Amino acid sequence: MSTENQAVIHVHRDDVGARMGMWLFLLSEFLLFGGLFLMYSVYRYNHQHDFHVAAEGMNVFLGTANTLILLTSSLTMALAIAAMQKGNKILSLTLQIITFLFGVAFLVNKFFEWRAEFRAGNYPGSPILTAKPSGQILYYGLYYTMVGLHGVHVIVGMTIIAFMIRFTIKGIINKDNYVKLENAGLYWHLVDIIWIFLFPLFYLIT
Amino acid sequence: MEENKTLTKHSPGYGIYILVWLALVTLTALTAAVAGISFGKFSIVVALIIAMVKSYLVLSEFMHLKFEMKAFRVFVVVAILFFLLLIVLLFQNYSYY
Repeated sequence: MSTENQAVIHVHRDDVGARMGMWLFLLSEFLLFGGLFLMYSVYRYNHQHDFHVAAEGMNVFLGTANTLILLTSSLTMALAIAAMQKGNKILSLTLQIITFLFGVAFLVNKFFEWRAEFRAGNYPGSPILTAKPSGQILYYGLYYTMVGLHGVHVIVGMTIIAFMIRFTIKGIINKDNYVKLENAGLYWHLVDIIWIFLFPLFYLIT
Repeated sequence: MEENKTLTKHSPGYGIYILVWLALVTLTALTAAVAGISFGKFSIVVALIIAMVKSYLVLSEFMHLKFEMKAFRVFVVVAILFFLLLIVLLFQNYSYY
């Protein structure tokens, strides 16, 4: 069964085409977040003081921790691909699982961060938040939308990595055919890049 | 078919990835440290420049863009240029308020 499938894959195989398709998809993701970044830039320009005040309530420690978690998970993902290229299946599998666990750690941090915000009454539409100046309401609206959408991307990325772990175990991803793993890595790195911009824009306004 | 597997030939060692990661962590520490210093209007510029350097490292090294066909780099550069153009045009309106 599996040998038959691989024979078919070999006939129709185009790794560069597969990666190019992934890159084109990533560019559409770039525009999705790009629109939100444009909105952020205009609101911040019009409400500079309110954005500064609202950002001071952010948990910079958790934000920095999450930055380091995502950067390190990008490293383990890149290493997982390198290990697969060198034919080291066990190492690649281990690194993929570590990458997945970093994703879990990121979301756990996010949970504590958002729980603290919700307990402080800064959830969307709350009486405390709606009583604040409009610039601060906009900041929190953008914060929940952009960080939330990024969080959804982390969950999607983790789902993809979970499938890659399964494919690696089954041998569908192997030393000679690992473009699926590469594309999963590309998606995961994009999620990392988006966070690289979200972090200074939401946590480091002083 | 041969060309389709060009990446395999450039398969980098583990070392370069760890170096890139160290650079990324250092830049994160830098951006967090610099945030405490007030450059006034330039704070955001400094933060964005550091973020761009980090993105460049991730794009070229982790995402293998430097090993890909030139067309891949053209895609990305064109997308970024149009996005920058969008920002410039948008702020032609907003800078008058």
